[in-house]
Formats: sequence, structure tokens, C-alpha cells
Amino acid sequence: MKIRNSVLTFLAVAALGYFLWWAPLNLDGYMLRIINLIAINAILGLSLNLIYGMAGMFSLGHAGFMAVGAYVSALLILTSEQKVKMWILEPIAPWLLNLHTSFIVSLVLAGLAAALVGWLISLPVLRLGGDYLGIATLGFSEIIRILIVNLTPLTNGSLGLKGIPAHTNLWMSYGCLLATLFFMIRLMKSNFGNVLRAVRDDEIAARTMGIDTFRVRVLAFTLGCFGGGVGGALMGNLITTIDPKMFMITQTYSLLMIVVVGGLGSITGSVLGSVLVTTMLEWLRFVENPINFGGIQIPGIPGMRMVIFSVLLIAVIIFRREGIMGTREFSWNWFFPKKAAHEAKGAVGE
Amino acid sequence: MSLNMFIQHFINALGLGALYGLIAVGYTMVYGILRLINFAHGDIFMLGAYFVFFATIQYKLPWGVGVVIAIAGATIVGLLVDRIAYRPLRSAPRISALISAIGVSFFLENLAVVVFTGMPRAVVQPDWLMRPIPLGPLGAIRLIPLALMVPIVSFVLVGGLLWIVYKTKPGLAMRSISHDIETTRLMGVSVDRIIALTFALGSALAALAGIMWALRYPRVEPFMGIFPGFKAFIAAVFGGIGSIPGAMVGGLTLGFVEIMSIAFFPNMSGYKDAFAFILLIVILLVKPTGLMGEKMEEKI
Repeated sequence: MKIRNSVLTFLAVAALGYFLWWAPLNLDGYMLRIINLIAINAILGLSLNLIYGMAGMFSLGHAGFMAVGAYVSALLILTSEQKVKMWILEPIAPWLLNLHTSFIVSLVLAGLAAALVGWLISLPVLRLGGDYLGIATLGFSEIIRILIVNLTPLTNGSLGLKGIPAHTNLWMSYGCLLATLFFMIRLMKSNFGNVLRAVRDDEIAARTMGIDTFRVRVLAFTLGCFGGGVGGALMGNLITTIDPKMFMITQTYSLLMIVVVGGLGSITGSVLGSVLVTTMLEWLRFVENPINFGGIQIPGIPGMRMVIFSVLLIAVIIFRREGIMGTREFSWNWFFPKKAAHEAKGAVGE
Repeated sequence: MSLNMFIQHFINALGLGALYGLIAVGYTMVYGILRLINFAHGDIFMLGAYFVFFATIQYKLPWGVGVVIAIAGATIVGLLVDRIAYRPLRSAPRISALISAIGVSFFLENLAVVVFTGMPRAVVQPDWLMRPIPLGPLGAIRLIPLALMVPIVSFVLVGGLLWIVYKTKPGLAMRSISHDIETTRLMGVSVDRIIALTFALGSALAALAGIMWALRYPRVEPFMGIFPGFKAFIAAVFGGIGSIPGAMVGGLTLGFVEIMSIAFFPNMSGYKDAFAFILLIVILLVKPTGLMGEKMEEKI
């Protein structure tokens, strides 16, 4: 059984590899960008799901951690000439001018920087619970954005950074996604995963069992922020330009949508949610463009895309709160119903 | 800073703070009853401003009529939001209702973009509110009536609200629901109607705040409610969520912190929006129940 599933997983990864090799040769730039975005949004969704779905901390701060990651990575890979040219309002901080690393190193550092910021924030904020936590993390994310706007020598202020080399390709983004998936699956199967679920489902009971709930939450939050930073860095290197407006609360909302639609606490759900939400957001662009419908011109309606998007979010939360997956996970056993039933008999109910 | 300037700043802060307080009252009432952060509240404030803009400037109705239309419109929207997006989730986990609230807020903002377009529009302030009146010795301090009207109207409105909450039967029901919703239901109170009334009152006050905001900062745009909304929520938390006088105190504190910090340290103005969030985090860490809040027991 185990060997069969491993073989199937290997085949699936191989098929993904073939697709990634095939796609750049056959698809146009727009399609490739969407496929890239799906992977990045999945990474971001998974990291938010770790914080919210798995550890039960309602965080609305993900856009802030993305911003930290995106800026750290961009500042590390832009060349000195580009930096000199770009800082018009105020000269760039001298120590930053010649700082330069490769893309991979910048990704790791972006994640670490976001994790560090997240860790510092978590120490005071995680003492709060429920929706207070949400509003406090939202506050910190706004503070991060305000700092980026105002610390011009470091960040070029509201002008943002342009001309970031487009390092993010399909191999990079899906490589990171697979790494994230591997890490998350191992994490949730480990004892720490059980501890996280225990803290989420009943904090007081968990504490009675001798779990240091605060430490567990800080750790989960910091890990989630790491993912947010890496995702933000990938995003910056995909779009090649970043500015503080990119990281408004709207950004967090769409990640929240991914997590909620997919199913809180489900790894599979976040990936599916990312595929659905990302493609839907792109597909919905048609309502904002004029449509020629059998000779009749229907004018495009700006803003309609987000109206539909928000109606869908409300509809999902009212009619199908558990999302697509609930807390279930994908398993190859789905395709082998008889054996799965046999196995379930022996397994302890979850 | 001269005394003259200080008085100007003082009146300015009083007005801003009173408006924050007026919005905060709506947050605090809904939170007190449903334990729900009504993210859409800031957008109802925005709608109030838009309604009055369209009534008076686009359709040339008198201001009084415009104000009535704006209050009625915002109240209806508030009631619809409760009915459609919150009531189905009463028995759901609180976070679900919160996500629904985020969705509603997002919806109203973008609906405003669709209906009113994203372009900011200028509000024409009526003359009689803008003509300066000289005050003090030799008329050294010149104030426009608007600057005095905003805090006065706000305080009168909150006074009226306090009367409703503490002296009338529906108010009694509201206070009772905030303590124990199930017992109140058993007492024969129509809980859903009282909750609807809470939303209606909160939305009407938000609309009035929106109107005065649009007069003070003479423009309207679809996203104008986001920041005042957040700050008013912070004011409600600061004052102690669930407490109406607390919301007012919180609003005034926030108004004074914002105006005075920029008045005394003009080069900090870029960080203006951060002050509120810092204040929030400080109060949550030092006194999570706020200045006037009651301690809420976590039910096991």
C-alpha cells in the first residue's frame, strides 16, 4: 500500500515536471504568469493556513510579512547602478548600496527577515485571542506598510522598486511549492502537528496536558511568516515591480479567501483554493472589459470583478463554511475504495 | 506654538475625536451584543457620505432632506447587511461571522466603485457653515461654525443614544442580550429584532458621522471608510468594547493623539496612521478590557 502510494506520488511529481518543461514552450507569457501565481498563492495560502487553519490564530497580517519578504529580496538582488538610479527623493543608505546576493540566498533571507519580524510581533500579540489578534496583526501589517512608505533611504518610499530581475520561473515557484508541501505534510504528521491541533481545538485542555501553548503558537506563527516572506519575494520577482500599495489589506483578504474556500486546516484545500481563486480572479477580468455580444457593445464595469469576488466569499462562508475540503486531506486511497475501506477499519478514528 | 494656534488645534482634535467616537459607538454596540467586529461599519459611514453628496450636489435637494435620505439609506443598508450576511451565521463559530464581515466590507467598497466610480468627488460645503466667526479678545481666534457644530452634534447624538440604551425598553433588551442572549430569548424578547435595531442605530450614527466627515474633509471616495473605520474600532477597544461612554472617550483620545502629535512634531506626519495602531497594541497589552470595559469571562 505504502509502496503503491509512493510510486503514485513519484509519478505525479514527474508529471508536474513534464508539465513545467512543456509549459514555457507552448503557452504564452500571460498563461505562464497565472500558472506561476497559482504556485505562489498556494505557498502564501499554505503559510496562512498554518497560522490560521492549523494553529487557530486569526491573523490578518500576512500582507505585511509578504511586504518584508518582497522588499528584502528585491533590495538584495538589485544592482548598485539600478539602486542609484531609482532613489530619486533621497539617496539610498550607503550600506545597502553594494549589498548583493544571488536569488536563492535572497529568498532564504527574505523568509528569515519576515520570520524575524513575525517573531517579534508575535511575542506581544499572541497573548491576545480571537478577533483581537486579527485586528492587532492587521495593525502591525499596516505599520509595516507605513514604515516602508516613510523609510525612504531603505525602501525608496511610496515610489516602490522597479526593474527587479524576473527570477521567478516555473521551476522556482513550483520548486518552492513542493518544498513547502513536503514540509507542511511532514510537520502535520509529526508530533508537533498533533500539538498544534490540540492547541487549536481546545487551548485549556492542551495546557492541562502540559503543552506550553504560547511557545507552540509563537513557533507556528513564525513559521507561517517565513512562508509569507518567501511568497512575497517570489511575487516581487515575478511581477518585477513592488510598491507599498501592493501590500494593502486587500492582499490579505484574497489569501484568506484561498484558505477559506479550500478548507481551514487542509493542506490539499489551500492548494485547490489557490488554483480556484487565482484562475477565477483572472477569469473575472472579462467583466471589466467591454464585451462585444453579437454586435451589441456591453461596456466593461470597473470594480465588478471584486464585487463578484466578495459575494462569492460571503456565499462560501454562509453556505459552505468548511470550504471544499473541510479538514480532509488528499490521499491516493481515494482511487482505491475497497482497500481504503479495509484500511479504515484498522485505523483509529481521527 | 501660540495660544491661538493651540486653540485651533484643540477644536480640530475635538471635532475629529468626536467623529471617531460617533463611529466607534456603532462598533461597540454590535460587539457588545454579538461579539462581532462589524468590518462593514466603516463602509456604511462611506455610504452615508455618498448619499448626502448625491442628494444635495447631484440632485440639488436641500441639506436637511439630503441628511434624512442619507440616514435612511445607510440604515437600510445596515439592516440588510445584518439580515443577509450575519444572521445566518449566529450559531456559527465567531470567526466565520468575522470573515463574512470582511466580505461585506469588501463588497460595499467595490460596489461603491461600480456604482459611484472610483474617482474622488468634491463636496461643496454650504456657505453658512464656513463663514468664520471671530472669537476671543479682538477676534484673534477665528472659527468656522462647522468646527463647533461637529462636536456638539456628536455629543448630542451620543447623549440621545445613551438615553435609548439606559432609559427605554428596547435599550433594556439590548443590555440584556449583551449579557446573555439565550436567557433574553427565554424572557420573550424578540432577539433578532433587537439586534436589527442595534444595527439600525449604529448605521444611522455612522451615516451622520460620514456626512460631517464629508463636510470637514470636503470629498467622498469609495475607500474613505477604511481608515476612519479601523481607527474608530481602535477607539472602541481603547475605551473598553461594549461601553458607549468608553467609545466616546476612546474616540476623543485618538483624535487628540493624532492632531496634537502632528501639531507638535510636524515631521512625524508620515506616521500619522500608525499612531492609532500603536495605541491599540499598547492598550491591548496593558489593559485588554480597555479603559471602561467590563471583564469578559472566557467560557469553557
